Amino acid sequence: MADLKIRNLKKVFDDVEIIKGIDLDVRDREFVVFVGPSGCGKSTLLRLIAGLEEVSSGQIELDGRDITDVSPAKRDLAMVFQTYALYPHMSVRRNMSFALELAKADKNEVARKVSEAARILELEPLLDRKPRQLSGGQRQRVAIGRAIVRNPKVFLFDEPLSNLDAALRVQMRLELARLHKELNATMIYVTHDQVEAMTLADKVVVLNGGRIEQVGSPMELYHSPANLFVAGFLGTPKMGFLRGRIASVGAQGCEVELDAGCRLSLPLQAAGLTSGSDVTLGIRPEHLHRSSDERCHLKVKTDVGERLGSDTYCHVRTRSGESLTMRVRGDFTPRYGQELDLTLESDHCHLFDSQGQAIGQPLQQQVA
Amino acid sequence: MLTLKQSRRLNTLLVGGVSWIVALLLFFPIFWMVLTSFKTEIDAFATPPQLFFTPTLENYLHIQDRSGYFRFAWNSVVISFGATALGMLFAIPAAYSMAFFETKRTKGTLLWMLSTKMLPPVGVLVPIYLLAKQFGLLDTRTVLVIIYTLINLPIMVWMIYTYFRDIPRDILEAARMDGATTLQEMVKVLLPISKGGLASTMLLSLILCWNEAFWSLNLTSANAAPLTALIASYSSPEGLFWAKLSAVSTLACAPILIFGWISQKQLVRGLSFGAVK
Ligand SMILES: Nc1ncnc2c1ncn2[C@@H]1O[C@H](COP(=O)(O)OP(=O)(O)O)[C@@H](O)[C@H]1O
Ligand SMILES: [Mg+2]
Repeated sequence: MADLKIRNLKKVFDDVEIIKGIDLDVRDREFVVFVGPSGCGKSTLLRLIAGLEEVSSGQIELDGRDITDVSPAKRDLAMVFQTYALYPHMSVRRNMSFALELAKADKNEVARKVSEAARILELEPLLDRKPRQLSGGQRQRVAIGRAIVRNPKVFLFDEPLSNLDAALRVQMRLELARLHKELNATMIYVTHDQVEAMTLADKVVVLNGGRIEQVGSPMELYHSPANLFVAGFLGTPKMGFLRGRIASVGAQGCEVELDAGCRLSLPLQAAGLTSGSDVTLGIRPEHLHRSSDERCHLKVKTDVGERLGSDTYCHVRTRSGESLTMRVRGDFTPRYGQELDLTLESDHCHLFDSQGQAIGQPLQQQVA
Repeated sequence: MLTLKQSRRLNTLLVGGVSWIVALLLFFPIFWMVLTSFKTEIDAFATPPQLFFTPTLENYLHIQDRSGYFRFAWNSVVISFGATALGMLFAIPAAYSMAFFETKRTKGTLLWMLSTKMLPPVGVLVPIYLLAKQFGLLDTRTVLVIIYTLINLPIMVWMIYTYFRDIPRDILEAARMDGATTLQEMVKVLLPISKGGLASTMLLSLILCWNEAFWSLNLTSANAAPLTALIASYSSPEGLFWAKLSAVSTLACAPILIFGWISQKQLVRGLSFGAVK
């Protein structure tokens, strides 16, 4: 079992509040990813959980036990560091067995656990090497092995893949996902890379400026971002934003007048909507289409395009100077400066108020 | 015009030549001292100085007869190693806390410690002499061990701090997560990783202690005097005996020179540790 509860957790460094009150539940066998821009306090939060930093206020509970002031080793957690943090003077084998040695575990037991971890991670031929004789990916595996051997309640990862090259990162990402399933482990994983967050997580925690912006499954966050920050942070290419104001509110939704020069009716719940208030409309690249449909003509000029083969990301600029990205088929090659007519899929438009909070939810997704 | 290859060769030659000249200039006094120590007093005074002469061991024999070289040498050994060991015992924990638990005052403390080295030792001679006298420590090896530890401590802390600072904090945190106590963290992880740096710090401390003359001359006389005091006793007012002085100096320098020679690889690596990384 591993049920982690965090209540109103705060951390102050030199009179600056870095973690500003976090409430979070991590359930048994969950893969939780903390994601957010660099400097938002992800590592600090993880280190607070690990016990490497002292909590300023708030509580951390693991399986009903208050571990807020317990020393790191006694928390039953294992951490994998970004820099791997292997002991350079010890062999791979000793790196993995060090914790058990310190705990004075039985010799045969230690050997059994180390070889088990080595088998899972395919490290068997490397057991007698020193860390400096290993490649980055192998070092990463040893660091993971060191955690596995301890059989912790929760695995903590701090950007474990960011020192690897792109190809290896994808491979290790898959391995980590597989490991999570094989070990039936509870994992907390910190990254600034939203692709890692989307692909690995059962539950994504989006952090910004020491606060949680939103918690949810990757798809929830993608389809129903709670605010502008989450909307802009998740998804590549980014969601596009258009300024506008509410023109009218009715039973079937509302009408939005965009600065870019078109009027659009959205099937959004009416709660919190008043006509005349400023709003921001968000639209993802895949929900913008070239068309001569009558619903909304957004007149744009094409900027540069990015060809990926299967798709092309076409950057466009509206008359009000706002830029959007549109995903089109790979065989469409936009000319630079070409005039295009676009329609927006009104079912997939997001509305945010002047504070950046999402207004209502698209009616369709509420049903789903 | 020189071709690229020729100019490279010329360059190598020039650099090599200059290096040799500098090395010879540095080495010459030591060479001359050793040479003089094998001359008779008359040969030692001869003008022009003689490069070729009949070597003699009489100076060395005289020294052993008159003063008992090994008694002084043993004092030097005990004091140097004692002060170095004691210094490491204080410097390692101090550097550990400064490097890994830095506070706003860490930098200031380091600078302040180093600034004590700028004080002329004579300035505190009288108080220290009186203290030593009060505690009955005059002419004991203990007093020199204490004094040497104190005067070398700033440098030792500073050096070890520099090595520790290069060690990723993550490694120590990993050990902490693995369940190491602070002592285990130091003994099993930190010290083995930084053993190169620690060795060169020890070496430097040994050399500084071995060569220290001011305090040994002022605080010891017969019982606890190390080799530096022995040398000084030969530059006596009854006229200078160059050959004997050279012999005693050679004897005083020899152990540390040989020691340094053996460990020079370690020393160079240690001293350039930060730079190469
Ligand atoms: N030990 C510390 N002392 C002072 N400030 C710190 C310390 N650790 C982190 N910070 C500050 O806390 C903020 C968040 O850091 P961190 O958690 O490492 O961010 P992230 O991992 O999300 O990039 C940063 O602004 C950083 O300067
Ligand atoms: Mg970080």
